[in-house]
Order: sequence, then C-alpha cells, then structure tokens
Amino acid sequence: MEALLHQIFAGLASGSIYASIGLALVMIYRSTHHLNFAQGEMATFSTFIAWWLIEGGWPYWGVFVFTVAVSFAGGVLLQRLVLRPLEKAPVLTNVIVFIGLLVIFNALSGWLFDYTIKAFRSPFPRDAFYASRFLSAHEVGAMVVMLCVLAALYLFFRFSSLGLAMRAAAQNPESARLVGIRVSWMLAIGWGLAAAIGAVAGMMVAPIVFLDPGMMAGILLYGFASALLGGIDNPWGAVVGGLIVGVLENLLGAYIIGTELKLTVALLLIVAILTLKPDGLFGRTTVSRV
Amino acid sequence: MSSITNPAGAMPAAPDTEADAVTATAAPRRAWRAWAGVALLLLVLLLLPFLLKNYRVFQLTLVLVYAIAVLGLNLLTGYNGQISLGHGAFYALGAYIAAILMDRYAIPYWGTLPAAFLACLVLGFLMGFPALRLGGLHLALATFALAVAMPQMLKWKGIEHMTGGVQGIVLAKPEPPFDFSLFGVELGADRWLFMFTLGIAALMFWLAANLVRGRIGRALVAIRDHPIAASAMGINLAIFKSLTFGISAAYTGVAGALGGIAVAFVAPDSFPAFLSLSLLVGAVVGGLGTIWGAVFGAVFIQFVPNIAEGVSKSAPAAIYGICLIGLMYLAPTGVMGILRKVFERLRRR
Amino acid sequence: MPRLLEVRGLEAFYGSTQALFGLDFGLAIGAITALLGANGAGKTTTLRAISQMVTVSGSIVFDGEELVGKPTETVARRGIAHVPEGRGTFVALTVEENLRLGAITRRDLPAVAADMQRMYERFPRLGVRRHQQAGTLSGGEQQMLAIARALMLRPRLLLLDEPSFGLAPRIVAEIFQIMRQINREDRVSMLLVEQNAQSALDISHEAYLLETGRTVRSGPSKDIRLDEKVRRTYLGM
Repeated sequence: MEALLHQIFAGLASGSIYASIGLALVMIYRSTHHLNFAQGEMATFSTFIAWWLIEGGWPYWGVFVFTVAVSFAGGVLLQRLVLRPLEKAPVLTNVIVFIGLLVIFNALSGWLFDYTIKAFRSPFPRDAFYASRFLSAHEVGAMVVMLCVLAALYLFFRFSSLGLAMRAAAQNPESARLVGIRVSWMLAIGWGLAAAIGAVAGMMVAPIVFLDPGMMAGILLYGFASALLGGIDNPWGAVVGGLIVGVLENLLGAYIIGTELKLTVALLLIVAILTLKPDGLFGRTTVSRV
Repeated sequence: MSSITNPAGAMPAAPDTEADAVTATAAPRRAWRAWAGVALLLLVLLLLPFLLKNYRVFQLTLVLVYAIAVLGLNLLTGYNGQISLGHGAFYALGAYIAAILMDRYAIPYWGTLPAAFLACLVLGFLMGFPALRLGGLHLALATFALAVAMPQMLKWKGIEHMTGGVQGIVLAKPEPPFDFSLFGVELGADRWLFMFTLGIAALMFWLAANLVRGRIGRALVAIRDHPIAASAMGINLAIFKSLTFGISAAYTGVAGALGGIAVAFVAPDSFPAFLSLSLLVGAVVGGLGTIWGAVFGAVFIQFVPNIAEGVSKSAPAAIYGICLIGLMYLAPTGVMGILRKVFERLRRR
Repeated sequence: MPRLLEVRGLEAFYGSTQALFGLDFGLAIGAITALLGANGAGKTTTLRAISQMVTVSGSIVFDGEELVGKPTETVARRGIAHVPEGRGTFVALTVEENLRLGAITRRDLPAVAADMQRMYERFPRLGVRRHQQAGTLSGGEQQMLAIARALMLRPRLLLLDEPSFGLAPRIVAEIFQIMRQINREDRVSMLLVEQNAQSALDISHEAYLLETGRTVRSGPSKDIRLDEKVRRTYLGM
C-alpha cells in the first residue's frame, strides 16, 4: 500500500512537470495552431545555461530568475526572427522549421556544454521539513514551483490587460487587430512565455534525471501526451492531463510494463487518446464546415 | 496553398494529366525523350561505380536506399497529405526483418526483400485505420511518438533472443554472384550491392510513377485536397488512405532491408527518432508530391550532414538545422519546385 | 470644409482579383455617410480597404495622415473603429471582456471605466449580461455589443458593416436609433454600409452609391431618397 502511494505521489510530482511542458505547448498551439517540436530542446538549452552559471558560482535563485528572463527573451526573438515570416506557410514547412530548431538547440547544447551527464543542483535541501516518505524534498519543491507558475499564468491571463489581449489575439486575430492589438507581438510574447515555462520545467526536472542534451526528449513526448489528453487547446486540460500522465506512467512502469518501455507507454497513450477521444478530455469538438 | 487538407502545401500533380490532354500528338515524342533520358541515366549509373572508390560506392548505395524510403514517405505525405514523422520505424522494421531472416534463418539477402515489403505493407495498412481519425498535426504527433519510442522498443529484453538486444545483429556482406571487372576494377561486394539496389530502386520508382500518374494517383490527390468531395464521389476514403499508408510503409520497409544489408549491421540505436525526421526532411527538401524529388531528398540527407561536419567540426547538426530553416525560406517547394520554375521560365522565353 | 476622411483613386484586390476600381469620396466631420449598393458592389470591400485588411492602392487620408500601407492595428489606433461583417465578437469571452478589449489601447483607465458604465446605461441588455459569454447572446445583442465595443475606443470615425443584417425590424430600428443618438451626442462620424437602403438613407446625411467597385451616384441623402430613378434602379425601393 505504501509503495502504491509512493508511486502515485511520485507520479504527481513528475506529472506537474509534464503539465508545464504541456501548458507551454498548448499556449503556442492556441495562438499559432502549430505544435512546437523543439520545445524540449529549448528547455534543455536553458537548463544548461543555468547549470553553467551555477557552476560559475552564481547564487541559485538569481540564476533561476536570470535564466527564465533570458529564455523569455529568446522565445520572443525566435518568433520575431524565424517564425513570423512563415506565419502563412503550410503546416509542414513550419514542422520542418521546428525540426531544424530542435536539431540546432540540441547541437548547441552538446557543443557548448558537451555530452557528459551532469548533476544539477536542487535548491531544496534534502533534509527539509517537507520531505517525507512519499516525496523527496525536491519533488515537493518542484510541485510547489510548478503550481506557482500555473497560478501566475492563470492570474495573468484572467486579469491583466496584456493577458486579455493575448487571449483575444489567439481566438480571433482579425477582430483583435480591429481593436488595435498588435497580434504579431502577442504571438511573440506567447513564444516567450512558453520558452520561460520550459526553462522552469527543465530546471525542476534536471536534478531528478540528470542533465544531458537528451534530457527532454522523453519528457517532451509526455508533454505532448498531457496536452492531447487535456484537449490541445485547453490549458487547464494540459495541467490535469499532465498529472494523469505522470501517475499512469509511474503505475504502469512499476507494476505492468517495467521501466524499460516507458516511452512505449507514452506512445501507446498518445495513440489511444487520439484514436478514442481525439479532442481529449476537455477539448472542444471541432466541427468542420463542408 | 496552405490548408488543413493539404498540410504539406504539396504541388498539384495536375500537370501530367493536363499535358496528356493538351499535347496528345506531342506525347509520343516527349515520352521517347523521357525514356531516352532515363536510359542514359541508368547507363551512367552502371558505369559510375567502376570509377569510384569502394566507400563512395557505398555512400551512393545509401543514397539509393534513402531515395526509396523517401519515395515511400512522399506517397503518403506528399500525394496523400498524411503527415508521418515516424517512417523510421518502418525502415527499422524492414532492416530487422532482413537481418533476422539472414542471420537466424539463413535466407539469402534478396529473399528478405519480399518479406520486408509484405510485413510493412500489412503493418502500415493496419496503422492506417487509427490514422484515419487523426488529422494533420495529430497524426504527426502520433507518428513522432512512434519514432521516439522505437529504439527503446527494439531494446526490449523480451525479444532479445531475436533482435540481439542492444548489440544488434552483425551481418555478412553479400558477395557478387559472378566475377566481373571493368576499367581494371573488380566488381566486389560494394559495387554488386550498388547494382542490385539500383535495380530494385528503378523497379520501385517505375511502379510508383505509374501508380501516381493513373487513376489511383488522382484519387490520392483528390483525397488530399478535397477529402469530403472525394468521398462524396465514391472514393472509399478508409480503404484508400489505409492502403496508401500500407504501400508507403512497404516502400520504406524495403529500403530499410536494403539499408541493413548494405551496412551489414542492425542495432536499436541505428534507428533513432532523427531518422524519421530525416526522411521527412528529405521528402520536403526534394519536393513533396513528386517522384524525382525523393532522389534529391536522399542526396540531401546523405551528404549534407557530412558537409556540415566539414563546416563545423564541433556542431555539425547545428549547421544542418540552419540549412533546413534556410531551405524552408528559400525553397519551400523543394528542389523539384525550383527546377519546375526554372524550366517554366526557360520554356516561356 | 476639411474632410475627416479623404479617399482618392482607391483600388482593392483580393489576391489577383480586383474589387474596387478607383473610388473617390470624402467623409464630412460629424456626419453619417451611407454607402449603398447591391450585393457584390464593393461596399464591404471599401470598409476593409480603409482598415487595411485587403491589398490596397491609391490614397486614404484620415485627418491628414495617409493610411495606405499601414497595418490594420495602426488604423484602429488612429481612432477608426470598425464593426465588421458578422459582428466579429470574441465569442468565447464575456461581454465585459469584449468591452475591455475595445479600449485595450487606451491609457486613460479611469475614463475607460466610466465609458464602460455609460455603455451599460446606453445598452441595458448588455449590462444585464455583462458576465455572460458573448457567444450566448442573441443576434441583436451581439450587434449592440459590437457597436459598444467599437465605441469603447472613443473613435472619431465608426465604420459599420451591415449592422441590420439578419435582425428583426424592431431591433434594427432600435439600433439605428442608438446610432443616431451616438452621432448627435458624442459627435462620432460614421460610415455606414447597408443593404437596407431605406433605414440608411433615413439617418445619414450623405450617401454614395456603388456598383461593381465604382461610384455611380453621390449626394445628400434626402436628394437620393427622393430620386425616383435611383430608387428603382439601384435600391429596389
């Protein structure tokens, strides 16, 4: 029983990380109708930057804030420079560009920081008061951090003018322009936010799985599964989806399939969701006009 | 040109049918010229290996292998509009089938090809059914998941006795069935394999060209561009799309088998997700919705990584990525798109 | 008298198809100008051309500034509010959020809050439904919401594309009444595109008649309304 609870709680902890990647993916999808296949590699690269600074002696939380800010700026720049000219191009052209970005970021990570596995510090001391039988201090800390991120995003989108403008731009770009919203910049900010969320997720996950250029590949897949499960255009769905995926992954891995085939679990999940319930649990069914 | 139904923005295949209708009398002369061109090309390709070193010949063999694989993907994504980011899985499957048959069951290398073709045909056809419910991006995602999960699946201890686990299977390079030399150079294993692959490639390209030029080709394109109208006109979408998936998988499976034979080695890590991505890149760079585009695409994915390494020893993949993005800006319809524009401009003069 | 909007040689294209063939007209400050004509005459295209939503060549000068070549959002920020064909409401957002969006480019926040209050007074039905999703409103209410949202910009020029479309006559009358009121009280100039020529001529000061992308008649609305030939040929009245 205790082992089962442990698996469930651990699943929730990793699930919160999948949820945030899923959220980043949903954000970009809602505004651009594209899936950013490079999201994982971008997050890994951000995490490497953080690692490098921490190794250089800078204080953890300062590095944390700095990395998030730099990632945000990077995401904005990426949208402005690389993606904006292709806004009207066919889906596959954008997919190829995402693949190109994926490859570039992966290569940059390996080139600048080499391919050996690195340990990444956790800011949460092992013997903290909130560590327990079921969850390590870092797992608790990571969950709290991700919850804070999600709460901040919710407040931002729900109550701030910029958040409202972004929602409007994503839902109805033409009407948004008619009220004076610079839709292009809204997309850029969306990319920036997604990159920033990815950076946070990367820094939270690195202490658990260790840092190397391939760190995020599997997690990206779980992020996709989370986003799909919740309905690809539903941010809350991504959160719930992530938690479910995390728990499922742990339970299936521990009791049924074994840890070697974890990615296969992700694959089967994705295919099953897409086949049985393509709109996810909370997505809106799209009706296509003939 | 961008739409949900034609997500690839592939070029319309119409020109062939238009040309047939309008230039009925000119058709025989043009066909003769086309055949002559192909014959010349084949002649050159038959002589070429004797002028090159073994390693170059090996690389050219791989180009042919990738060309078949990319052609398979192109049938699915370019002509039929179904995006697959997981064709590397079929490639791997074909390679492993060839390896297992050759290594465990002593089947000769040429006998493995029909097996790879059939197995992937069936599997692809079956995969086609869930794929029916998935549009554009969702299908891309599902196939991407397949590509990422593939190496892990191949390493599974449960099937280790057949697959050789992480270490894979080492094969013997097939020897030529007869002795031959030209310009003082021996036929040898590499050159023989090149000829063999060339023969298979020519056959498969010819079959594909016939397929897309006829009614089936038009049906494929109709399904891609106007699925609802196509269905209303009596084309059974489910069967067609699944069959396309099957044939596409079969082509890539045969390529995988040939690739495994050429490299003489299969292992799970030889088929990473990147392979699937490369095949798609090859299809787009060469030109979606074209037959010859597959050849240009294969050349790209075989040689550009090497060139990239020459440019930057430390981060060749980054150069590769930059090339990709640059190409999407400059030539989104691929090499074939550029060639078409050039020919049209020349014709207008 | 200087014109608020001056259009010269306006041509508009949808891709390679030309829809407007050299329009010339001007809008007087504080006036309601009607743009009339049959289906496909180019009325909606004219409004979209002003908002730079289609490919345009020629000259559109608004208060001394050339608009051709500027992005749509800049045109809005200059004080031209466009109520598009189909209302353009943000259907997934609430009524209140729609109104907030109308004023999203304004800096004077207290005035924005006051304006929102005034909108609820002027359009009581919106006040009742202020936290409801805009997509659940009736056609008439959505039209009012679209107009209210446009007014939240405190525009100097209001472009209205077929506000009567698909609405019952009683609602149409109500809406036109409100438009007249807005024009008189807030001194908002309007360019009104309508197939419902009767109502449009009733409230407008000037009218232009379009046919296949060209102006064929113009003048004070009361003259156009009385012109027998025009009525029969172009307006089906």
